[in-house]
Amino acid sequence: MSLDVRLPIGGFFSLLGLLLTGYGWATLGTPGTAPAGVPIDLVWGAALFVFGVAMLALARRARKPSNP
Amino acid sequence: MTTLGWVDYAVMLLYFAFVLGIGAAVRRYVHTSEDFFLSGRAIPAWVTGLAFVSANLGAQEVIGMGASGAKYGIATSHFYWVGAIPAMVFIGLFMMPFYYGSRARSVPEYLKLRFDEKTRALNAVSFAIMTVFSSGISLYAMGKLLNLLLGWSFDLSILVAAGVVLAYIFLGGLTSAIYNEVLQFFLIVLGFAPLVFLGLRAVGGWSGLVARLADHATANGFAPGAYTRSWAFMGHASTNPVGVEWFGLVMGLGFVLSFGYWCTDFLVVQRAMAANSMTAARRTPLIAAFPKMLFPFLVILPGMLALVVSPTSGVRAAAPGVSSTSTTSPTSITSGAPAAGIVPPKLDPRTGAPLRDASGAVVLDYDLATPMLLLHFFPAGLLGLGLTALLASFMSGMAGNVTAFNTVWTYDLYQSYVRPGAPDAHYLAMGRFATLAGVAISIAAAYVAASFNNIMDFLQLVFAFVNAPLFATFALGMFWKRTTGHAAFTGLVAGTLAAAVHHGLSLPAGAAVGVKGGYLGVVTTFPSELAQTFWTAIVAWTTCFVVTILVSLVTRPRAPEQLRGLVYGLTPQPVDTAVSWFQRPVTLAVVVLAVTVILNAVFF
Repeated sequence: MSLDVRLPIGGFFSLLGLLLTGYGWATLGTPGTAPAGVPIDLVWGAALFVFGVAMLALARRARKPSNP
Repeated sequence: MTTLGWVDYAVMLLYFAFVLGIGAAVRRYVHTSEDFFLSGRAIPAWVTGLAFVSANLGAQEVIGMGASGAKYGIATSHFYWVGAIPAMVFIGLFMMPFYYGSRARSVPEYLKLRFDEKTRALNAVSFAIMTVFSSGISLYAMGKLLNLLLGWSFDLSILVAAGVVLAYIFLGGLTSAIYNEVLQFFLIVLGFAPLVFLGLRAVGGWSGLVARLADHATANGFAPGAYTRSWAFMGHASTNPVGVEWFGLVMGLGFVLSFGYWCTDFLVVQRAMAANSMTAARRTPLIAAFPKMLFPFLVILPGMLALVVSPTSGVRAAAPGVSSTSTTSPTSITSGAPAAGIVPPKLDPRTGAPLRDASGAVVLDYDLATPMLLLHFFPAGLLGLGLTALLASFMSGMAGNVTAFNTVWTYDLYQSYVRPGAPDAHYLAMGRFATLAGVAISIAAAYVAASFNNIMDFLQLVFAFVNAPLFATFALGMFWKRTTGHAAFTGLVAGTLAAAVHHGLSLPAGAAVGVKGGYLGVVTTFPSELAQTFWTAIVAWTTCFVVTILVSLVTRPRAPEQLRGLVYGLTPQPVDTAVSWFQRPVTLAVVVLAVTVILNAVFF
């Protein structure tokens, strides 16, 4: 295969997660940022970041040459 | 109208940057027409599997199934657990060996190998026209929605979305489309998952949703569980909101329409054909079936939730149109008034006043159920993610259509009838030109839809007539070696005509004669439009099946040696020893079917 698709997916969600987490942290406590009582930007941003890093880790593992 | 913040635009720009970046990164691997149209048949199964389901995850899925969720409740899950999974299992186990094993480059090309040139031409021409017009309809829906929700320019919205899709397919062909479909798959799943979580949390979980919809059901004359149980009320068309009885549902949707789409539509089959082995091609629809059977929770639940959430429970003030029709406070629900939640009324395009049905009740704009829930619950930041997921659904659907179109045009029409025997580089260049032309026609079709809505309704109707009998032709062609080319062609034409005649002689209850049917005289009426669609499909399929058999019996079949690799019984059974037992197609199929049965039982 030409390109491991997990690399762009991992990169995208890592950056997206960072953006949302940072924005959620900066706006914490501001009215209208916690639907149903959940600071959702912060929480979901962190989840997206973890997902993105996991995809990058899987891509990196797949690129490593296997042991003889 | 909602105004977006800088963070929402940043999310969208990030997405566009990665989508275009994938196209640019993949471009250097495209050297031949097979690389461009078939990804060099080098993609692993998990990637083609997610692309298989993502190509179908267009706007009709996300917006349409949300709308159906609001209109029909959990019975909409029949479009997945009855109307998709069995067909996906069937194509993976039984049909893919012929598609992939024959080395056909497209579904119409398989028809040429199995039958003859005229059958291929009929399928290729109708498919090419249908794909670009479907793409245009999707583009139109996107432009209209973004204009309505965000006040964005219709022209700019469709030009930007179409331009991005054009750029990444032009650069990287099918590989670029497939990789982006995988990205779009995760984006849609991860963009809509928090919506369901927040919605359920706001209404008190599943039990809270059941209680609220029970009131809605009784207010509409149904039993309390009619919106939250999928099978219990399917005994008669009048006892469920879908207006269909179980036989019409299982035969029309579960067999004819479902198998006709999932097993013969090149848009999805092309993803499996790009897989790197026969086993990977067979696993593709089976891997796709796992997320597919869970999609009802992602795309149907938002529609159901939008119908019952309180307009004051979100992060923004309710839109005027919503609050004026909404009756979702606990008091009003218990008073028996029909709940509308945050689903706004459908407005008369000329007067701007809410539309009312024959009984005087306000007609709701169900297509806005899911978008309104996004605006209701998502604050700045996550709103950007949700809207980008919505954009991704439009773009993945469009990209699927465009890649299928450029392949069928180049291989099945241009190479076959216009310029055969040219060097491969010529067809690669033609593929890129066809991509450009496909996107341009899609944009033109979007403007046609914007100007003459009935024309698009009419075209969709014709597409349905063409699609309905297709599975009979493929099933007989693959599993009965006696089937002949003349019979396949005649059967397809007869099936399409039968669909048109049945539709012309029937009408859904309450509909006016015209594009909804009855144009040949109203002989019968159906309780709902869906019931009419399902029965039209049954008639078309049966006609095609019978005519194909009869004509086959009086025409000369091809010699068996010419049918090797194309027909069951003349093709060696594939052996899947390259993967572990738990990864084999049969194992996956058993697990998929078992989970589907369990899901049907849980929501029975």
